[in-house]
Amino acid sequence: MDGGYSGNYAVVAVAVALGAAFVLAGVVANRLLRPHVPTAEKYTTYECGLDPVGDGWAQTHIRYYVFAYLYVIFAVDAVYLFPWATILDTDGYGLVTLVEMVVFIGFLATGIGYAWRRGVLRWV
Amino acid sequence: MSEVLEAALRLIVVFAAFLTLPLLVGQLEHKVMAHMQSRMGPMYAGGFHGWAQLVADGVKFAQKEEVVPAAADRTVFRLAPALALIPYFVAMVAIPIGPGLVGRDIDAGIFFVLAVMGVGVIGTLMAGWASANKYSLLGAVRQVSQLMAYELPFVLAAASVAMAAGSLGFTDIVDAWEPWWLIWQLPAAVVFFVAGLAELNRPPFDMPVADAEIIFGPYTEYTGLRFALFLLAEYAGIVLLCFLTSVLFLGGWHGPFVDSWVWTFAKAGVLAFVVVWLRVSYPRMRADQLQKLAWQILIPVALAQLLLTGVVTVAW
Repeated sequence: MDGGYSGNYAVVAVAVALGAAFVLAGVVANRLLRPHVPTAEKYTTYECGLDPVGDGWAQTHIRYYVFAYLYVIFAVDAVYLFPWATILDTDGYGLVTLVEMVVFIGFLATGIGYAWRRGVLRWV
Repeated sequence: MSEVLEAALRLIVVFAAFLTLPLLVGQLEHKVMAHMQSRMGPMYAGGFHGWAQLVADGVKFAQKEEVVPAAADRTVFRLAPALALIPYFVAMVAIPIGPGLVGRDIDAGIFFVLAVMGVGVIGTLMAGWASANKYSLLGAVRQVSQLMAYELPFVLAAASVAMAAGSLGFTDIVDAWEPWWLIWQLPAAVVFFVAGLAELNRPPFDMPVADAEIIFGPYTEYTGLRFALFLLAEYAGIVLLCFLTSVLFLGGWHGPFVDSWVWTFAKAGVLAFVVVWLRVSYPRMRADQLQKLAWQILIPVALAQLLLTGVVTVAW
């Protein structure tokens, strides 16, 4: 088994197809086995037995949008950690790379510390 | 040709594991929860201690009528379970359980698995939005807030172990692993497991599906087979998290006496038990408590662990 890039991701593609085939087979079997007795009540939106009030797609205030901003910043930063992690131990990197990383993590920590002090990490 | 055959065989074995292991975890949950709450749990189906309960459930689900609410966005609604389930299978393909025992050894293993696992949440979000139901929408919004908080410590903890091993491949990580990592990488292991539980909506992090408040969150409107697929996805997620934790942090197939895949299974089994145990022991956390735990405890701990790992790796 060669560990080639295209070979690996061909296997991944086959795995996705296999998963999709499983779901499809289940859905088809379900279609053949299940009863179909439509009534108007059955297709109303569930709201604890009462008639639904208003639209399901209601507007909501996403109060945690600050967390979303924080997340995007940190997630992009975290992606850079992985390539760095693999070369840390190899010759010619070592200490200098580590110091660079400490600076990098320092920035992250300062960012979260700042957000913390400003009180945005408190749930409203 | 034999190469293709081998690859196919490996996929089929992983697929079989993907279909059976979640049921085993489900049965474990039934029985462990029951005994922790001084009851018997399922006893009838299949005869011996109700071992076939989940098989019977599957048969029942497959025969149930499908109800798609009139107000729902039909296409998205019906696609969502597939999107929730398939990523867990694809991720499972990359996880080794013994030397050479892997669906496919992908070189950037950790990165691949973390990326693919993230896709599963989109299925939940689609379900919540497409249902056109207030409970579902609330559940989906809660799910997103939880994902944003816990994805980060999850990724940072995984980066710590990748740094310690100097590789993103699972096999390399297990090869580099030594028993003292249990102590040195303990904070990362705990952060990883807790954040993983939160991503899977397992209690005490089950606010997105909180049954007492919002029925079943994004899955409220689902019936029959599609509902079963979501449940299967949840348990496949538990299996994945347990194997991932045991391979990354607990040394995988390393163990006393002889290195064997049996150890990987034993470690994952113990972790699955812990997952159930936590469900029985802890009450559900509130939204503010969830965010607080993630941003003010797990992320700082994960960052400190990264620093420690970096210093020790270079100094060693």
